[in-house]
Amino acid sequence: MTTTTPPPPPTTAAQQFALRRHSPLQRVQHLLHAHPAISPFLVLVIAFVVFSTLNPRFASPNSLSLVLQQVAVIGALAVGQTLIILTAGIDLSVGAIVILAMMLSAKLAEGQGLPGALAICLAIAVGAAAGALNGALVTRLKLPPFIVTLGTLSVFTAIGLLYSSGQSVQATDLPPVLSWTGESFPLGPFRITIGVVAVVVLYLAVGFALSKTAWGRHVYAVGDDKEAARLAGIRVDRVLLGVYLAAGAIYGITAWILIGRAGAASPNAITDANLESITAVVIGGTSLFGGRGALLGTLLGALIVGFFRSGLALAGVDDQYRVLAVGLLVILAVAVDQWIRKVRA
Amino acid sequence: MTATTHTPGSRLHTAEPDQRTPVLSARGLVKTFGKVVGLDGVDLNLYPGEVLAVIGDNGAGKSTLIKCLTGALTPDAGELFLEGRPAHFKRPQDARDAGIETVYQTLAVVPALDIASNLFLGREKRRRGPLGTVFRMLDQKGMRREAAQALADLGIGTLQNVAQAVETLSGGQRQAVSVARAAAFGSKVIVLDEPTAALGVKESNQVLRMIEEVRSRGLPVILISHNMPHVFEVADRIHIQRLGRCAGVVTPQSHTMPEAVAIMTGATTLEQNPGQHGA
Repeated sequence: MTTTTPPPPPTTAAQQFALRRHSPLQRVQHLLHAHPAISPFLVLVIAFVVFSTLNPRFASPNSLSLVLQQVAVIGALAVGQTLIILTAGIDLSVGAIVILAMMLSAKLAEGQGLPGALAICLAIAVGAAAGALNGALVTRLKLPPFIVTLGTLSVFTAIGLLYSSGQSVQATDLPPVLSWTGESFPLGPFRITIGVVAVVVLYLAVGFALSKTAWGRHVYAVGDDKEAARLAGIRVDRVLLGVYLAAGAIYGITAWILIGRAGAASPNAITDANLESITAVVIGGTSLFGGRGALLGTLLGALIVGFFRSGLALAGVDDQYRVLAVGLLVILAVAVDQWIRKVRA
Repeated sequence: MTATTHTPGSRLHTAEPDQRTPVLSARGLVKTFGKVVGLDGVDLNLYPGEVLAVIGDNGAGKSTLIKCLTGALTPDAGELFLEGRPAHFKRPQDARDAGIETVYQTLAVVPALDIASNLFLGREKRRRGPLGTVFRMLDQKGMRREAAQALADLGIGTLQNVAQAVETLSGGQRQAVSVARAAAFGSKVIVLDEPTAALGVKESNQVLRMIEEVRSRGLPVILISHNMPHVFEVADRIHIQRLGRCAGVVTPQSHTMPEAVAIMTGATTLEQNPGQHGA
């Protein structure tokens, strides 16, 4: 036969290589590949043990309840951020959307203007609309998410500040339901706020959607390989738009949680929200390249940051050490992610 | 049978097997890209239960032809018929909905998702009852079971764990997943674009066996390939594309590999060499 095929590659040696026993390190790599939330979980456990050894008050119900309340706002934002990062995007306008949604609804509700429930709906609607604008710019104009949200970060912040004239609205001037998220109730030895409950519900709902529905699969597929997803019949633009819109709505809910937590609607309430939400997602093991990660990891990531803040403060260490430690954790998390991505059979 | 003209629409080629209704047929397809002519009036017939290979040099219009058949491109002129009825595909999803499944050269599998998720990507199954209808919950177990069945049907025993991520698979195994997806959902036609191009000999043979397995179920297959031995091994008929036209349709019986290549490259024509049984 005249043949145009190249000669057969030496498969036997390669097959033997494929059948080699995996080293313990490779097994760890495979395990982390299958369950990306393991590494943040280990960090969380170690942090808990270390900090409670340094200062036993760290593990007290009071202190832990406080950590939960502190983590609630960033934890909620990180849910939206996770959705967007899973699609290989990034959202720098998180904080700006929260401020826009919060100031718009607070100003309208101030002094019994707009009923509280309507004000909350308005905040969610404004968040969703702002997210949809990001999504439309990403899908229709094909702009990179980094650029889009960098731009809308300024735009939304400016509108929020202009509208509110840069002034806070105290919770006492607002319908009580707007600051209801700050109310707490005892749960065993812990004090849980409504805001914390809201965050837990958010994690459960979005976690379910991501892992148990076709939509969730499509979010992962679009983030991992857009072209393959398109050829498989997924409407990529619609998924992306949905993700940005959902993230925006989540930021709107976060605005409500934030009013309760801060006791006011203040335009300066969350200046570091962008980076902190990204930090929680990355420490939680979600890949910045998209398509990999789990919402559970993000929750762990947010808790890790909270543990470091509280633990190092209770250990009497300068807060800059927390900043330093979180920075190192981010680099470590991304390095681990790169390593996991190299996994092969 | 004399093959002298290239008029679109006329039955002119040798090796047209019979008068059955083709499952998929194209008449006078034209596709241009600015001044570049991709297809210059191409006819194609695909009969039930056959493997039709499409061969041609680079730029002969193979890919353009296939894209027109699968909805990735819309032809400028010409008609498509699916089981005798006119068909119009505006996007790949239209062709897929009509029962034409394509295995792309890039495979279109998502590396991070597992085998079962990839098989069902874009047409996931939901749980029965309110869990599925209200909460839109996926029937993970059912999909995994069916995925394992689909792979076993094609004789792929090596992929036992359908919960394994596709990125941990070899090139041949990924190809197997992609072909299994097409075979599981294609109800009328399966199109394979260069399925063996990136594979070694052993893996190529596995894919060729899968093609034969699909044909034995009665599903017709269109196989685009550069690899003449593979084409001659599995194809029932061979559509030769040359310079945007069909230079003829031959069979592995009527022509040898060098003869087919000669027609493909223009060294000879079907008229000059009508083959063993053709004239």
